[in-house]
Amino acid sequence: MTTTTLDFDTIKTQEYLVNMGPQHPSTHGVLRLVLKLEGEIVHNVDPVVGYIHSGIEKMCESLAYHQIPHLTDRMDYLSAHMNNEAVALCVENALQIEVPDRVKVIRTIMAELQRLASHQLWWCVMGMDMGALTTFFYGLRDRELILDIFEETCGARLTLNYSTPGGVMFDIHPNFQKRVKDFIKYFRAKLPEYNQLLSGNVIFRERTIGIGHLSQKDAIAWGVTGPSGRASGFACDVRKHHPYSAYDRVNFNEILRTEGDTYARYQARVDEMSESLDIIGQLIDNIPEGDHQVKMKGIIKLPEGEFYQRVETARGELGVFIVSDGKKNPYRVKFRSPGFSNLAALNHMSKGVKIADLVAIMSTLDLVIPDIDR
Amino acid sequence: MAFDIYDFTSLTSSIHEGLATFLPPVGVLVAEWLLVGISVLLFVAVFGLILVYLERKVCALFQQRLGPMRVGKWGLLQTVADFIKLLMKELITPNKADKFLYNLAPFIVIIVTFMAIAAIPFAKGLQAIDFDIGVLYVSAVASLGVIGILLAGWSSNNKYSLIGAMRSGAQIISYELSVGLSLITMIILAGSMQISEIIQAQSTGWFIFTGHIPAIIAFIVFLIAGTAETNRGPFDLAEAESELTAGFHTEYSGIKFAFFFLAEYVNLFIVSAMATVLFLGGWMPFHVGSFEGFNAVMDFVPPIFWFFGKVMFVIFVIMWFKWTFPRLRIDQILTLEWKYLLPINLLNILLMTLIVLMGWHF
Amino acid sequence: MNQTDIANYIGNLFPEAIISRGPQFPTIEIPPEKLITLCRKLRDDEQLAFDYLFCLSGVDMPDHMTVVYHLESTWNGHCAVVKTHTTDRKNPVIDSVNDIWPTAGFHEREAFDLLGIRFNNHPDLRRLFLDDSWGFPLRKDYTDPARIVER
Repeated sequence: MTTTTLDFDTIKTQEYLVNMGPQHPSTHGVLRLVLKLEGEIVHNVDPVVGYIHSGIEKMCESLAYHQIPHLTDRMDYLSAHMNNEAVALCVENALQIEVPDRVKVIRTIMAELQRLASHQLWWCVMGMDMGALTTFFYGLRDRELILDIFEETCGARLTLNYSTPGGVMFDIHPNFQKRVKDFIKYFRAKLPEYNQLLSGNVIFRERTIGIGHLSQKDAIAWGVTGPSGRASGFACDVRKHHPYSAYDRVNFNEILRTEGDTYARYQARVDEMSESLDIIGQLIDNIPEGDHQVKMKGIIKLPEGEFYQRVETARGELGVFIVSDGKKNPYRVKFRSPGFSNLAALNHMSKGVKIADLVAIMSTLDLVIPDIDR
Repeated sequence: MAFDIYDFTSLTSSIHEGLATFLPPVGVLVAEWLLVGISVLLFVAVFGLILVYLERKVCALFQQRLGPMRVGKWGLLQTVADFIKLLMKELITPNKADKFLYNLAPFIVIIVTFMAIAAIPFAKGLQAIDFDIGVLYVSAVASLGVIGILLAGWSSNNKYSLIGAMRSGAQIISYELSVGLSLITMIILAGSMQISEIIQAQSTGWFIFTGHIPAIIAFIVFLIAGTAETNRGPFDLAEAESELTAGFHTEYSGIKFAFFFLAEYVNLFIVSAMATVLFLGGWMPFHVGSFEGFNAVMDFVPPIFWFFGKVMFVIFVIMWFKWTFPRLRIDQILTLEWKYLLPINLLNILLMTLIVLMGWHF
Repeated sequence: MNQTDIANYIGNLFPEAIISRGPQFPTIEIPPEKLITLCRKLRDDEQLAFDYLFCLSGVDMPDHMTVVYHLESTWNGHCAVVKTHTTDRKNPVIDSVNDIWPTAGFHEREAFDLLGIRFNNHPDLRRLFLDDSWGFPLRKDYTDPARIVER
């Protein structure tokens, strides 16, 4: 008679694949992640993108330069203004046009309002991904006020189309300054609520601290920018290091943290909200008089060459790379979108975490899918 | 028919006698079974709907909005409309699901809740069965629900469902311990497992006051463990919608989904009712020592209102948890139970025993 | 380092590179077979220390396929552009810089997807946005009568 002994080293739980998405509550759109799981533990994340690839880069090749900003709204719709601004700045730099100070200041204020609105929505969704559904309504309550300001300024709430090459589409509404100031006062009082509801919560801290670590070296190597990168200590704030518009005339801190975990990325964004309020506060009383536009030609032709413009969107560094052959359409346009590079690092950050942590990590990367797919 | 809102014994006995006049004893038994069955069924359906409505309103309160307002006055008929919608929806069975288990699972879950309700005392004399091991019965029956959840997760042939079911299994089996042990703590104080006797023992003061420190600890532990056992937030890992879409009931639709949904709320009621019975005096009015005047005023409120008032309070607290806290992770939820609640509970039992032996309770 | 310093420094190390000053960044044009050596040098050299690749784009020029690398040094704060091209437009192959800057992995997949540039030694060169049967839409000779209306 033979006895069989169980060799426990050879008995292993089977790895299995789960398709998270394209329709999944926490992939924020149509992102699909192919997860390789062992029980609850994530072994590999393979992002599958392209479900809403709309060929914006290809479309740009057949559009005139003043038409391109309209497409960029649809990329990262939560930072629509920064996207517009990036193209506008790129064209202006190529033509060596100096826009009036008024335009610079208005653009900066709008960009910061947009950043606030984006971070507010991110905060809502972050809470929801962690299972605290109440945060959603707190964030949206405040975001609504910013959207109202946008609506009064340019008629749109989400896809602003406000910046154009040469200036901004319309001058600001007479109420603009008052409403923005009211909003700053209101939101300064409400921001502590955000911390009370999530940041200080024991469960939230337990869920986020030490999870999804990304070192500074890795953040740079993987090109993780924006608040996600700065939470790892990567000083990548384009507003600070390559100032554009009116960022060279305001004082603000680049929020840098060293921990590089989910909580640091969370806190970096919350702190950035208050920095944005500071920037707006410094500019709102000093909007210079002047034109809101430079007179541009009906058909803009860029000189032959290659032009690159970097701006800081709510998600990170957006790059616009235009190759021009001197005609009225660009020869090639490439958008270096922040979400695209940030997503690439997801697998690196989430090896060995649990499913619930993966959702939290993804949430702090603040992915907007059209921004990735373009 | 004698009806006394302060004491339902006269009502139930008059029904019993009335039936006995024209039916043989077996017939009386069957008729009473039917009566009780129908009333429990009605209660579950109606109270389930009320709780769903209440949840939405409480949630709206915490989220600074109004909640349902359109269907009926203050949206009172919203849940009814939703229920009708659920009834009319197509029942979808996934292709490769284990058909028998898949269809069985929601029934197990809902039947278990019916069984538990049988032992809940709604008012004086208004209790279907007064077992002499009532507390044990309720906790035993309530833990059967996990079988339904595991079956639902397994038979759906969906990985999300399976993960949700496994989480739920691990979680409910763990928290069963804490629920049981905190109940035992109170049983030591009461000296009985019969629910009517436990309530009677609180006529001079609710256990949460007479049992002071250990009773309060047991109450808190019971609330946490009870929330976990009903799979409600912040312990709703089994259905964590941001991770597992809907967990174990992802694949269910229509009335089968409604069964899970309803069972969740009825379980919430059962947990709150048990908390009420063991800690807050069941249907006993609030009495303070020998203040005769005050006690008389309290006695004026019928016991059934006392019971539902207290249950609603506990339900409100549990809903408060759900709409305030983020969800825990599976390892944290198990750590909380095995490393914190269980040792605390065991020490608490020792403390309670000591207090009862020394007569240090009120 | 400013543009001239970078140009001189690299010019000394890689005589075959064509270095020009642009309005924004110095541009280094390098033959594809030297690309990896150059990129390694750019990242590892302490004076240059280009540790951050912020953009990688493929461009379909009329007679060649170009890949443009935008680099920044987070230590020294200077930027540079590296360009390499292959004249084989039919089956362009360029070495992957994925193991020098991991962020390139995704960008190279995008370039492969939209322009059909193959990257040697890329660990996971699959199409990113489009499905396998699709052409390479950012190529100038791409035609799609069903979806593109010529004006």
